[in-house]
Order: sequence, then structure tokens, then C-alpha cells
Amino acid sequence: MIIDKLKKRSNEDDKEPKSKADIPVGKWVKCDKCGEIIYKEKLHENFSVCPLCNHHFRLSARRRIWQITDNNSFEPFKELNIKTVNPLEMPEYMDKLKGLKEKTGIEEAVVCGKGKINGEEAVLCIMDGNFLMGSMGTVVGEKITYSIEKAIELKLPIIIFSVSGGARMQEGILSLMQMAKTSSAIAKANDAGILFISVFTDPTYGGVTASFASLGDIVLAEPGAMIGFAGPRVIEQTINQKLPSGFQTAEFLLEHGFIDKIVERKDMKEVLYKLIKFNK
Amino acid sequence: MDYIDVIFDEFMELHGDRTFSDNKSIVCGLARIGEQNYTIIAEQKGRNTKENIERNFGMPNPESYKKGIRFMKQAEKFNRPIITFIDTKGAYPGIGAEERGQGEAIARSMFELSKLKTPVIVIVIGEASSGGALALGVGDKIIMLENAVYSVLSPEGYASILWKDASRKEEAAEKMKLTAHDLLNFKVIDEIIKEPIQGVERNDMKEISEALKARIIELTKELKSKSIESLVKARYEKFRNMGEYIKEEN
Repeated sequence: MIIDKLKKRSNEDDKEPKSKADIPVGKWVKCDKCGEIIYKEKLHENFSVCPLCNHHFRLSARRRIWQITDNNSFEPFKELNIKTVNPLEMPEYMDKLKGLKEKTGIEEAVVCGKGKINGEEAVLCIMDGNFLMGSMGTVVGEKITYSIEKAIELKLPIIIFSVSGGARMQEGILSLMQMAKTSSAIAKANDAGILFISVFTDPTYGGVTASFASLGDIVLAEPGAMIGFAGPRVIEQTINQKLPSGFQTAEFLLEHGFIDKIVERKDMKEVLYKLIKFNK
Repeated sequence: MDYIDVIFDEFMELHGDRTFSDNKSIVCGLARIGEQNYTIIAEQKGRNTKENIERNFGMPNPESYKKGIRFMKQAEKFNRPIITFIDTKGAYPGIGAEERGQGEAIARSMFELSKLKTPVIVIVIGEASSGGALALGVGDKIIMLENAVYSVLSPEGYASILWKDASRKEEAAEKMKLTAHDLLNFKVIDEIIKEPIQGVERNDMKEISEALKARIIELTKELKSKSIESLVKARYEKFRNMGEYIKEEN
């Protein structure tokens, strides 16, 4: 009975998800970048990338899993059913989480599990920017750390897709500590010879950039993704001058040597597959 | 540096990250108490405007952390315990810092510290904010001065992010639970060094430094008595277990 239920759930995850959070309601959407009006179904067929200007729309975790894993192959780590103790005792924070769970259909800002990419098994952590800007608190930190340890145990590669505003303010210092926790886990995986592919997506900032996301054996990014440590507004206020155009884009990071390769969404699955094969 | 001079019998500063520059917001060097050698990696603010400019207001750049990493590896090579001192508003938010990979530098610093095969003692001496502080904060023992603060972000930044109003910084500071006693409760730090009530005046520095010195000597003995494997394993577990959560039944 329980197994049936889980099976049902994982099947649902594998179907092309009904768009809820990533694209506004309606049959047509407007590209943020070029303003083109696109028929939504066409946009989804095109990997949620604008057919005209190649702008990569932000993606929900569910849709991303659907795009990069083989049909019906993704199994979430169901033992990772955990929630925050609300360490700073902020009542409004718990209400917010509850609302977001209902709105996004996911439990937290990252979805973790095991899946197949063209038949190759891997552990996957997919962050979701619709959930409190993908911020990392104790639950996200634990889920990612657990997944890294699971990859070590199963001797599988780990792939993490990042999208995040950084450490989650609502959990204070304990959010900060998740940076040390996840980075330590990556160091452990590194010493165990586990392949870690980190993929930056738009936008990734703060404590996620400054921890596991920057520590991949291979670091990939989607075109045009904004990636940095400090946010542009903070930098502008500090140095009191305008930022150069193209600052903190994936292309900027590639040029400065912090990214191995920029990968278009339609090619992502194939590139991940090849990288796993190269490192076998 | 004021603390370093009092705590250690001898200190020699050494410079440079070997790839880009010598950034003075982090001071590195070798020190000794009695016969015991140490590697020092210390965030350093200035005491006046001139010094602050030289030290970039204690806000490290990527090359500061890379200098730190160089000294970490050397400490491991020569089996020297490491003492880090944390005192920063955060890593520097600037164009050059981003170009040279501020995020990667902080991540790499934690990555290396987490598996370093030598004892690491972390001392939070003033204001410790954000990843810029934590980059040097991964160790076997975390000591904090009683009046120091340690937080995910400065209270101003916190208020501005959460309530879009930086002027509510005092309210933020209360909510954030950033005092030494809060952090001991969260098990983020291991112990508190008491400070005289009025805060750190010049004269009190000596008293605090003496207390720190005594703890460094004791902790060094304690940490050196363990095997390196168990030390590194315990360090991993320490950070692994930070941040409680509730497990729900499926």
C-alpha cells in the first residue's frame, strides 16, 4: 500500500509537470529578456528557453528533474522527510514555509534523490528558487549533506543544480554553519574519489556560491546565469560606482576561470552523461 | 595582532598568497609558546583610519583566503597546530573580489580546513559576520570572547534583507541570537572566554590574552593527544551535526 503510494508519487514527478510556479498562469508568456510573447506549450517543448533570444527561464526542481533524468528513473530520498526547528523562534517564518509547501508542491528549497541519466546512475540535488529564493537553512544543508554522503556510500557521482539567494536569514547562524557542513561533506567525497558536478543556474549567490557550489570537480553553468558572492546592489553601495555590463554572468565567470563550461539547457543531459562516462 | 603579541612568546609574520598579492586583511605567520610552534591565520582590522585602509577594513579579498590556505597546508606539512582569529564584518564585496572568485576562495578555505591533518583552534575575538568569517571558522575547538558576536550577516544587512529597513538593526540584533551565550546553546561554539564587564579596554586585553593563552596551551595538549584520524573525524562530525531538524514519519 505504502509502496503503491510512493510509486504513484514518483510517477507523477516524472510526468511533464503542470507548470505552477515557474511561469505565470495563462497560455502565453512573455520573455523577460526580449519581450517576445511565447505560446507556453512551445516554451516547454523548448526546455523553457526562449526560442527567439535563448533566454533561459527559471525552472522548478520538478521540471528540471524531468528534463535531465530518464523517464521514471528519479527516486527521491524519502527518508529525508525533515523540517526545521525554527531556531530563532519566528512564528511568521513557519507560516511562510507552510504556504510555500502548498504553493510549490515541494517540501523545501532542494529536492534530492537518485536518478538515471541515459542509463548512468547519479545522486541528484536540485534546488528550487520558488521556495524562499532557494535559500539554505538547516533542512537544505542537511538534505545536501545527506545526499553527498549517500553518493559516497553508493559510490555514485553527485550532481547539484544550484539556485539560491544564499544562507537563509530566518535561521540565523545555523544557516551559516550549513556552508561549513556541506563544504566538509564535499571534501569527504573528494577524498573518497567521488565525482561532483556542480551546475550554477540563475541566480546563485552568497552562502551557496561560497560553499559546495564552487567546489565541483566540474563546474557548469547555464547561459546568462547570474552568479556571485556579494549581490550587485551591495557591491554598488560599497564601491559607489556602477557595475560593468555582463558583471557576474556565467560568461564573466568563465572568462575569469571559475567555470569549466557553459551548457545550454537542451544539451545539459547529454553533457552530464558524457562527463559521467569520462570519469568512470 | 594585539592579542597575538601578548599570547605568543614569539611571532613572525610572513606574507603573500604566491599567485596574486599579499592582502593585509588576513595576517599569517609563525608563532611559539614555549617549545610549541603554531601557524597563525588572523583576520585583522585596523586601529585607525590609516591602518584600516591598509587592512581593507578587515574585509578579506579572495587572495587573503588563498594566503590562508597556503599557510594551512604548510602547517599540515610540519605538524603545526593552527590558531585562527576571526574578526570581520564579512568578505569584501567588490568588483575585483568577484572577478577573482570570492565565493570559491571562501568555499575552498572551509574545504581545506575540514580535512586538515593537524589541530585547528578557532578564536572569535570581535565581530564575526557571514561566510567571510566562517572561512576561517572550521576547527576542532571554537572559542569565543564573551562580548564578541557571530552571525550570518551584520544586523544592518539582516534587517535590510528581512524587513527592507536597515535602521531596524537593533531589533535584528536581538532576534538573531548572535551572542556568545546564544552560540554556545546552539553548540556552534565550544567555550566562552569571560571578559571584564566594560568591554575590551586596553588594560583588559592583557587579562583576556592571558586567559586565551592558558586555554590554547591546554587545548593543544588535549588535541595533540588524539590520533590525527580521530581528530579529523571528530571535526567532520562536529560540523556535520550543526543545525537541529525534526525528522517526520513517512
